[in-house]
Amino acid sequence: MSQVDVRLSVNGELHAIRVEPRLTLADALRDRCGLTGTHLGCEHGVCGACTVLVDGLPVRSCLMFAVQCNDVPIATVEGLSDGVSLHPLQQAFWDHHGLQCGFCTPGFLMLAVGALAENPDPTDDELRQILSSNLCRCTGYQNIVTAVKAAAEQMRGGTAPGAPSIS
Amino acid sequence: MSYLGQSVRRIEDWPLLTGRARFVADVSFPGQLYMRVVRSPVASGRIIGVDTADVKKMVGVVSVWSAADVAHIPPIDFRMTVVPGLEPYRQPILATGFVRYVGEPVAVVFADDPYLAEDAADGVFIDIDELDPDLDPTNPGRFHPDLTAEAAIVLKEYGDLEQAFARASEVVELRLSVGRHSGVPMETRGSVATWDVDSATLRMYGAAKVPHYNRKALASMLGLDEDHIHLHEGHVGGGFGVRGELYPEDVLVCAATMKFERPLKWIEDRREHLIATNHSRDQVHRIRAAVGADGFVLGIDDEFWQDQGGYVRTHAVTVSDLTAALLAGPYVVPAFRSTGHVVLTNKTPAGTYRAPGRYEGSFVRERLFDAIAARMEIDPVELRRVNLIGPDQMPFERGVDALGTSVVYDSGRYADALDTAIAELDYSRLRDEIAGRRARGELVGLGVALFVEKSGLGPNDEVRVTIGRAGNVEVVTGAASLGQGMETVVAQVCADYLGADLAAIRVIHGQTDLIGQGMGAFASRVTVMTGSATARASADLKVKVLAVAGDLLEADPADLDLTGGLISVKDSPGSSRLTLAEVAEALTSGSEMAGRHGPQLEATSIFTTTHMTYPYGVHAAVVEIDPETYECRVVRYLVVYDVGRAINPMLIDGQIVGAAAQGIGGALLEEFVYDDHGQPLATSFMDYLMPTVSEMPEVTAIITEMAPSPLNPLGVKGAGEGGINAAGAAIAAAVDDALGIPGAVTALPITPDRMRELLAGRSQAGPTLIGFGLIGSVGRSG
Repeated sequence: MSQVDVRLSVNGELHAIRVEPRLTLADALRDRCGLTGTHLGCEHGVCGACTVLVDGLPVRSCLMFAVQCNDVPIATVEGLSDGVSLHPLQQAFWDHHGLQCGFCTPGFLMLAVGALAENPDPTDDELRQILSSNLCRCTGYQNIVTAVKAAAEQMRGGTAPGAPSIS
Repeated sequence: MSYLGQSVRRIEDWPLLTGRARFVADVSFPGQLYMRVVRSPVASGRIIGVDTADVKKMVGVVSVWSAADVAHIPPIDFRMTVVPGLEPYRQPILATGFVRYVGEPVAVVFADDPYLAEDAADGVFIDIDELDPDLDPTNPGRFHPDLTAEAAIVLKEYGDLEQAFARASEVVELRLSVGRHSGVPMETRGSVATWDVDSATLRMYGAAKVPHYNRKALASMLGLDEDHIHLHEGHVGGGFGVRGELYPEDVLVCAATMKFERPLKWIEDRREHLIATNHSRDQVHRIRAAVGADGFVLGIDDEFWQDQGGYVRTHAVTVSDLTAALLAGPYVVPAFRSTGHVVLTNKTPAGTYRAPGRYEGSFVRERLFDAIAARMEIDPVELRRVNLIGPDQMPFERGVDALGTSVVYDSGRYADALDTAIAELDYSRLRDEIAGRRARGELVGLGVALFVEKSGLGPNDEVRVTIGRAGNVEVVTGAASLGQGMETVVAQVCADYLGADLAAIRVIHGQTDLIGQGMGAFASRVTVMTGSATARASADLKVKVLAVAGDLLEADPADLDLTGGLISVKDSPGSSRLTLAEVAEALTSGSEMAGRHGPQLEATSIFTTTHMTYPYGVHAAVVEIDPETYECRVVRYLVVYDVGRAINPMLIDGQIVGAAAQGIGGALLEEFVYDDHGQPLATSFMDYLMPTVSEMPEVTAIITEMAPSPLNPLGVKGAGEGGINAAGAAIAAAVDDALGIPGAVTALPITPDRMRELLAGRSQAGPTLIGFGLIGSVGRSG
């Protein structure tokens, strides 16, 4: 199959790659850019584990082709933390036990990052509506909701409710 | 300060939060080949031929295998709960002669690129002479022309059942079924294998759950010495019973890397997962109770049919064994029989899924008790009280065995657990409130169900604890992590028993080259077994540390204290202290201390047990039914769960809430539906519906420590499965209550189409209809 040149701008870093037009964005990120934090749970757009931000909006990277993202800014979970401190959402997921196996976690984090950028102060109903985009099989969602609410509050400049943890 | 009982944050979370985790699909090696499986498109048939000629000519395709290419590799053997006569029902790694379910591996393609491998697999033509499929386990067909599809009968019984029924004042009989659903972890399966020619060593990445057992099985199947195979568990995206068992694809990947001398990668896609990875549940029960005039159940006689699917896989008859053994739950039931028929059909093979046999058994038992309550016009909660095993009867010998161990409930305060739930619900007030809402026309109901779980399967677990030169503590175990937080729990136990700082501890699991044996993670066994072994090894190591420190400080070890990684003289705040690093450093090779104490600060301990522990609890659900959309919404959910002793309540709460979500899914949404030709209809997440946050109520988990286990030093019982156990039972009772039809629910899941039928029945029969007694149960007196 013929190949196409694509420039992917991921977390501020440019990846010039040559791909088949049918290569999904998810596979390009994982296999060609070495960013395996974006996970594939269904490859048909339901589970949301592969959620990344494209031009600031949460999208299913399994349903986009890499060639559609030429020179468009892309953000993945690897870009959330500087390696020293965690993004408030990551910190809140940790504090509130918002993950178990962690496979769906990058998708939920990117979904929440995108959604809170659009609406920093969602109501509980709005938040549940947003989070119902993605599937988690371990947590029953309760702690994910708690974590996102706590992070949202902190990101708005308030103080997050205390974590139930001691270390 | 003790770490035990503290909700500390998990030590394993950082890589998972930052995208640095290594799940199996994240593992790659230079020059790797990709495997794609060609699966049977039909449920039953005779294979005439597999045409691979065109595909083999494709550039980039290295090879295509069908059964003849792997004829030297035996079928996959059973890991547990074997009964005689099962061998012919084992699954070959590629379909041999016949296909037995849609999704069965028939051929595999090996190519340089994953997209190309998929293209090539599409080009393989399988010529099959299609046969009529067997789809009903209650009407067994033939596995082969000369072999029945009823692979085994599991029988558990005790007491005088005949006398129980002779003495009964009421006999209640039900026919009930639990649908086919399964674990469906968010990460699909996968295997990556390498073959090192120089050392003749096979390595398999993507192992989970039971790496040591699978190493042994692979060694035997591939004709290798066990020392020349190593399995490596990376991050695992959920297990729930299905992930980590040995499947045909794992064996094919290993065989292929040896054959082609190239790294080999296979990652399952979601459609494959839904038709190829173990299904579960799918039982039909016919259950009968002999009841005394006071509501005391004198005896239970149960017969059930397990739809095993196309083959008997690694679990052999585990699910049926557990169903029968634990069916009687928390009740005395002086006479009992359960007969399970394990029947092969032309569906995806079945295995265990979280609370295997108990989700089904609790549904059946609690439905039966609800039916008895309705028949005898006793409050369902009061009926249960009459039948509960009392704390003075503990330990309680059930009179049957499960998984090869005799079932002895080790401890339990069942009535106290029920009281806890009743108090939390404010039961009387809640019932009145719900009755009032129903009187105003709302379809709202409350259901309560009790359960006994089992956990901590032996026979043993080994743990090695080592203190490094930098004072770091390494715990190595053959247990496994499926995301449940075992690293944190094991570290908490180690920190407490050794006296180390939690932050200094690293827990290593699932690596067969680092520890000689390990049982893995299943049956809610890790906190009980690995936790207990960790406690002992850590305590032993503490003695050793203090002995060396005593020499260094010229003090009696008995006068020394070790906390937070610091050794000090008791009751002497100003005296000199030693760090673990300083003690470890003193054992440098050739030193006098090393001569006296050995070169390393290390202790190994094996914890052995012959009995499981039995946690227990209560589920309660409030549901609302929409009479126009037939949607059933769970609006409140309560789980009371006694785990004996809670090491990390936050993680237990997480286990309970997550399991409850799966239980709600199995009760209302999830089902692997097949059409009359055996074609699976749930092959994507559009058809196999799992709960999203929208379907989830607020779940309240009350974790109690009323009855610590006397069987292990920590007093713990497993926490992984109680949250799902009685979910189907509680929701069914709540739906009955909402409809005002006792016994309306006889099958799970209660999908909108089934709810539509129930509502139609309600409008025809009026609200006074008693739905129980579906197979002509007859009340009698005297």
